[in-house]
Amino acid sequence: MIRVAGLEVGFGHGRRRVHAVQNVSFTVPEGASYGLVGESGSGKTTALRAIAALVPPAAGRIEVDGRQVAARPDRAFRKKVQMVFQDPYGSLHPRHTVDRILREPCRIHGLGDIDGRIGHMLAEVGLGPAFRFRFPHQLSGGQRQRVAIARALILEPRVLLLDEPTSALDVSVQAEILNLLGDLRAARGLTFLFVSHNLAVVAQMCERVAVMMNGRVVEEADAGQLAAGALAHPYARQLLQASRGYDRELARSLVRFE
Amino acid sequence: MTGLRAWLLAEAPRSSFQARAGRAWLAWLALRRNPLALVGLAIVACLVLVALLAPWLATHSPYDQNLEARLLPPSPAHWLGTDELGRDLYSRLVWGSRITLGIVGLVAVIVGPLGLVVGTLAGYAGGWTDAVLMRLTDVFLAFPRLILALAFVAALGPGIENAVIAIAITAWPPYARIARAETITIRGSDFIAAAVVQGASPLRIIRGHVVPLCLSSLIVRLTLDMAGIILTAAGLGFLGLGAQPPMPEWGAMISTGRQYVLDYWWVAAMPGLAIAAVSLGFNLLGDGLRDVLDPRQR
Repeated sequence: MIRVAGLEVGFGHGRRRVHAVQNVSFTVPEGASYGLVGESGSGKTTALRAIAALVPPAAGRIEVDGRQVAARPDRAFRKKVQMVFQDPYGSLHPRHTVDRILREPCRIHGLGDIDGRIGHMLAEVGLGPAFRFRFPHQLSGGQRQRVAIARALILEPRVLLLDEPTSALDVSVQAEILNLLGDLRAARGLTFLFVSHNLAVVAQMCERVAVMMNGRVVEEADAGQLAAGALAHPYARQLLQASRGYDRELARSLVRFE
Repeated sequence: MTGLRAWLLAEAPRSSFQARAGRAWLAWLALRRNPLALVGLAIVACLVLVALLAPWLATHSPYDQNLEARLLPPSPAHWLGTDELGRDLYSRLVWGSRITLGIVGLVAVIVGPLGLVVGTLAGYAGGWTDAVLMRLTDVFLAFPRLILALAFVAALGPGIENAVIAIAITAWPPYARIARAETITIRGSDFIAAAVVQGASPLRIIRGHVVPLCLSSLIVRLTLDMAGIILTAAGLGFLGLGAQPPMPEWGAMISTGRQYVLDYWWVAAMPGLAIAAVSLGFNLLGDGLRDVLDPRQR
């Protein structure tokens, strides 16, 4: 479903150019869930944004559903690929009601029975009709993220790009949102590309994982290897250890990779 | 009353209209806590009422001359006295409020949208569009406002319509600047990225997502600028380039009263007081609105 080959993304010019993503390649089959993990600044979010055509790639190929992603994609691509952002406090327009937020994508793509769709979608993400005409500031973080998920799914996409969808939420809400995403994926047969810095979350959500460091993929593993802790690259092992919890020994043993 | 309050403050509104009304009600509650802003609102409301009810409020015709009653001091017959042609100053002030309100309204209607369009376009498009539009703005900003307005009126010919056009042409650049600055901060936010991912066109994003967030700071700026607009209009009238006699425009009234200011102070002072009061009213209201509408406080 998603094929990325030799992807490069950079910002800035000349000597101050930052190579955010360097020679990244991976393939996500239809209906699969693929994880991109790495610390802050490892280029995982930038890679995701390049697939969503939010930032232009400098080199390489991105294919979704067998077709190369254009710099200015058409509506069909937009309907097929949707995204959920990290910060639910910044990804909802502060002056739009939930109703307006969900109505807009339907209008853009000329979908029928908008009212029915909105009601149905809200129910599906676990928000009742009482939430329909609220403003984002009247919602909690978890409720906001549910609205963001509803906004992404109301177009009935086949690919969902998830940019750390739970890292801005507190732990109990994280589990709820992850369960919701898992259920929705099973019900709709969605393809997930899941970006996170938390290996435990990715291990729960994804069948296959790529570990990124400084803009490169250093290791690819499947869920079984991850659970067994059978990772080859020292950075990936360190990341795995870090995700299992914090202790003094571990903190002292951490190494910086350049 | 309690039923309406509950409807406005409902936790779970049942329609978009109810949600928006509730929001407006909260803004009004915030404005009500600021007594100075209420004074400003009262003055502006007074101006609007006087302009609407001018035919009933005026005691005399604003144009009828009576040379036997010229330059009379304030008295029960002529509440604010008479001018050099024996016209009743109070009635002229009342009718003049229509002209002032008209100027302010027209300038606002031209300047707000113009600045908004130029600023949001420049800010959202960036690159060449931004450079060209902003240099154009700089050209207008480089001249002192009254001087530029004078030049335009001189070129267009004196008259109240041309004064309005000249003021509008000189007043829009700061609005474009504000709108551009706001747009640039909004452009990078996730909700704009989300709209892009949904396939929204740049026009839709500017109209539906960027403009609503720029609007409040523009409204605040506009109310604060009203005083300046009134003064510029009065200044043009004073210089004989705005309203033409016998129109009861407040600036022009000060201009004619100037010759008699030492012996007959009220001829120039009354319209001067009116200008001062209305300018102050708009300023106070603008200050209050800034506290209520400032997006950083929400």
